[in-house]
Amino acid sequence: MKKHIMGLLCGLLNGLFGSGGGIAAVPLLEATGSEAKESHATSVAFIFILSIATTISYLLGDKLDFITAAKYIPYGIIGAVIGAIFLKNISNSVLRRIFGGIMLAAAIRILLK
Amino acid sequence: MMEIIIGTLSGIAASMGFGGGFILIIYLTVFVGVDQITAQGINLLFFLPIAFVSLIIHHKNKFVQWKKLMYLIPGGLFGILVGVWISSHINVDFLQKMFASLLIFVGVKEIFHKNSEKHLTKQKQSNIIKLLKCNDREKDS
Repeated sequence: MKKHIMGLLCGLLNGLFGSGGGIAAVPLLEATGSEAKESHATSVAFIFILSIATTISYLLGDKLDFITAAKYIPYGIIGAVIGAIFLKNISNSVLRRIFGGIMLAAAIRILLK
Repeated sequence: MMEIIIGTLSGIAASMGFGGGFILIIYLTVFVGVDQITAQGINLLFFLPIAFVSLIIHHKNKFVQWKKLMYLIPGGLFGILVGVWISSHINVDFLQKMFASLLIFVGVKEIFHKNSEKHLTKQKQSNIIKLLKCNDREKDS
């Protein structure tokens, strides 16, 4: 039940603000006993599924700029491989501290908006 | 040139579950002059192949908890629908500021968390030292 509510909460954030579900998923997963690395990888999978749904809704409504996206994707894939190697080798503790910093930065950006 | 830097950095952040979107969206809206909604769309298209490649590697490293994920998805999809519906009826700015305040609280907690792993290894080290000393004593006697 707890996990269903967690999913609902993250989806709700994404629906309300257009983002935020991923940033909430990581500490929620950690709170249910996942290690930091597992939480981060599982949140990528979760946001991947939610993004497919959102992309479908974008396809039905607004036009999507495929050409601009295509300029960044090849380098993004290189980044994806580097990031995955980083995630494997970083310690759970350092990962949590970095992500804490990212949470603060995201919060400040929202509050200054 | 900027495509290489921004693309790679966004890919690294997205792959690590840091939300790569913020780098690409900020760059596109602030420096290229793309509007917010279009930038969000570009980020979505960008994220899908990047997440796919990352997940193949994360899966090999056994970091993805698929079983837990299966529980999250139905609520997540339903939550999006409810969230979009609510946001089309009320102004969500105040709610978002409240969410940001919560993020500050959790963020500070995460930055200054006590490292249990280090504690554990130190404990292990002291145990090993004790064992070695016992062995030495046995040898001496």
